[in-house]
This record gives sequence, C-alpha cells and structure tokens, in this order.
Amino acid sequence: MNNPVMTTILSIQNLRVEYPLRDHKRSVKVAVKNLTLSVSAGEVFGFLGPNGAGKTTTMNVMLGFVNATDGDILLFGTSVRQPIARQRIGYLPEMTYYYKFLTAEELLRFYARLFEVPRLEADRRIDAALKLVELEHARKRLIKTYSKGMQQRVGIAQALINNPDLLILDEPTSGLDPLGRMKVRQIIQRLKDEGKTVFFASHELGEVETVCDRVAILHEGELRAEGRVKDLVSHYQCNLEQIFLQVIGFQN
Amino acid sequence: MNKTLAVAGVVIKELYRRKDFYVLFILTIMICLVMGSMNVFNDREIIRYVKEICLLLIWVSSLIIAITTTARQIPAEKEQRTLLPLLAKPLSRTQLVVGKFLGCWIVCGLALICFYTFFGFLAASREHQWHLLNYLQAAFLHWMALGVVIAFALLGSLVFAAPSSNATICFSIVAAILCIGRYLDKFALSLPEPIRSIVYSIYFAMPHVEIPFDMRKLIIHDWPIIDWRYVWLLGLYLLAYIAFFLVGACLIFRRKALN
Repeated sequence: MNNPVMTTILSIQNLRVEYPLRDHKRSVKVAVKNLTLSVSAGEVFGFLGPNGAGKTTTMNVMLGFVNATDGDILLFGTSVRQPIARQRIGYLPEMTYYYKFLTAEELLRFYARLFEVPRLEADRRIDAALKLVELEHARKRLIKTYSKGMQQRVGIAQALINNPDLLILDEPTSGLDPLGRMKVRQIIQRLKDEGKTVFFASHELGEVETVCDRVAILHEGELRAEGRVKDLVSHYQCNLEQIFLQVIGFQN
Repeated sequence: MNKTLAVAGVVIKELYRRKDFYVLFILTIMICLVMGSMNVFNDREIIRYVKEICLLLIWVSSLIIAITTTARQIPAEKEQRTLLPLLAKPLSRTQLVVGKFLGCWIVCGLALICFYTFFGFLAASREHQWHLLNYLQAAFLHWMALGVVIAFALLGSLVFAAPSSNATICFSIVAAILCIGRYLDKFALSLPEPIRSIVYSIYFAMPHVEIPFDMRKLIIHDWPIIDWRYVWLLGLYLLAYIAFFLVGACLIFRRKALN
C-alpha cells in the first residue's frame, strides 16, 4: 500500500508570472520567478512572505484566476487550467466575499450544487459544516446580518462543503479577534487530524509555527527558504519569526 | 447544465430580494392602471391609444430591467470579490456567463408574464374580448428581443469597467435600433459612397429588435395573428444574435485576469 504522506497533490513547476506595468507599457513586473515546490498529502504547508512577495499571485494561478507566463501548477496531477482540477479543493479567501443576500444554508447549497454533490448528501454536509463552525443557530439568517467572525466561519464552511482533499487558506485569521483566531486554529488543527492537506498563507508566524509541518518563504517572487519547521528552527537556531526576517534580508 | 442553472438560480434570488426591482415593476403597473381607467369624451377608440402607450411603457420598463440588472452582474461580482470563491469551484467561466445570462433572461421573462397578464386584463376590461394568441406572440418575441439585449449588455459588462457606462451605451444603441433601425436602409440610399456601404453594412449586421417591437401593432389594432412559422423563424434569428454575443462574452471573459 502507498504511503499517503508521500503522495504529491500540489506541484508548482518553474512558475513564472509577469504583469504589464500600467505606467510603462513595454515593461513588465515579474511577480513570481521560477518557483518550484510541492506539497504532499496530509501536510499543513505554510506559505510565507512579506507583502508583495508573490504569495497571492501564486495562489491566484493555483485557483485559475491568473494565467502563468511560464511553468504550470498541477493539482492532483491535473493542470489548474482545467476547471476539473478544482473539484477536490476548498478555498478560503482572505476577506469574506460571499453573497450577502443569501443565508448561510442557501450559500452552502449553491456551492454544493457547483460541486455536483447529490441533494441528500449536500443536506448532510451542510449540517456537518455548520455544526463544525458553530453556525447552526444562524443558518437561516442572511449573511449580511453576520459579524465578521461569523462570515469568516461561513467561509470555512463553504471551503469544506465538497469534503476537499486540499484546503487553500489565504490568511484565514486576518482581522479576527483572539477568540475568532483560536476557533479558526482549532478548525485547522481538526482538519489536520482528519488527514486533510492544508496550504496556508499567513503573516501570523507564531500561528504558522504551531500549526504547520512545512513552510516556504517567498521574497520578491523568489523562493528563499523551504523545509520542515523543526529543521529550519534547528538550522537557524532561532524561532520562525527571526528566520523569516533573516531570510528576507531584514537588518535591524 | 446543473452548474449553469445553479448560477442562474442565484441571479434570480438576488433580483427578487432587491427592492429597486419592485419599484420599477409597481410603477409600471400603476401607470398602466391609471392609463387603463382613462375615459376622454366617451371616445371608444381611445382604448387604442391607451394600449399603445401601455405597451410602450412595458417595453421601456422591460428594457430598463434587462439592461440595469445585466450590466451590473459581473462588475458587481468583481467589485465585491464574490467572483473569487465562485471561480475557485469547478465552474468554468463559460458556465458562469451562460448562468448569468439565463438568470437575467428568466427574470425578464417572469416580469413580462406579469406585465402582459396585467395588460391583458386591463384591455379585456375595456374591450370585453381577450386576444390571447396575439399577446402570446408579442410576449414571446418581446422576450427573445430582451434575450439579445441581455446578451449584448453582458458582453458590454466585460468590456466596460463601469456598469453605468455600459448601461448608457446599451440604452443608446437599443433606442437607436428601435427608433431608426427600420429606416436605415432607405436612409443609406440617400448617402454618397463609401458612407452608403457603411450604413448598409450596419443595417444588415445589427439585430433587428424593432421587428418584435412592432408586434405591438397586432395587439393595438386587434390584427389577426402572424403565421407561427414566421414567429419561430424570427425567434431563431434573434437566438443567433444571442449566441453570437454570448460567445463574444465568453471569449473575452476567458482571457481576463482576476487579480
């Protein structure tokens, strides 16, 4: 039997993304330079970097929002250019971008239809997802009446509606109060225990150190460091925050 | 198809939960009601004028509903960034565009059913007769014409950044076609070359939505119904334009970066 931990489910191969600069029509900005990395099944992978490092661009390519200039990203062995590659992923954006005129239940049912989940199974998953994020009591309320924390939890519920094998979380705790952060962390921990693979971009380095198995640090579009958190900590002899600052060349 | 219908379902839900949609709807019905109860000098023929004005009002209202709802569909998704979690699902951009089109088209169809039913009752109360087939033909072709307008507005929403500029351009073009479309070929004859050829090309290339617009006369003058073969043929002609604009919209949307 194959070891599931060794199965590569996300593979970024020589990814290069260029944007034309608005002010200079002929020149381009290279957002990501020849990025290569892979994530194995069951891992919680932290994707780190300062603002403008190319994290969001990489995730945008991963989700098919932006086309790569060169290279490719494979999800479960399928190029992200194919919509079917997104069948087994759950995505939580940085901010809560959901239809405010729908209730949480309607939103989840809509997303379940997009994954072609059968109706009875969708009912079961909606119940389970809302229970997990503790929103059962508010399932019939319009999302526009929710607090920010509740909206973020709807986001987690929608990311789980297809029972994904890979979860892509873009700063899932950004803007949440300490209680909200703790709840999101608990959910990620629970998903990790269930054997889900999580690809996780965050600026909260303490949180990343606690939750992640492996991290990659990106700076100016280039991969500057990659490895297991434990290995990096023992190699640099300091915590992840100090490693991060060293890697991006911050001089105090 | 299931995914496309799911997107269309959300568009319909959004529209029936919006209040501005009802304002226009109720306003049109109220004006029709007032017009319908008009009685000047006990002139029995006045009903023709009333019918003409009511049908014009229904056309204007349906065009406003079609253009304003369609023009903001994709720009609003981009602005509120609801497009990101949506396209992170296994949903192609073509399915999204077609779903948006279907949602808006179905909503317009439902609005037309209400408008024409109300208008039918109003006219029947004055004329004591019910020309159901005339209404059916006029409403069907009206709906097909709105399909062309919706597909065109959807294409425009992917070209122009602001929904307001798109809506203004759509209104201007549709109003121009409705008002001068039928005279354009005759007008071209009076022009020197090469303008004549250009105007002629425009005449043959543009969707002739003024033909369904003229179907109002069937109802106004109680003329007999048109042979259904011509109605289906005209429906197919309009369907070809719907397909053309939707393909254009899909091709543009496929190339757009969403960052």
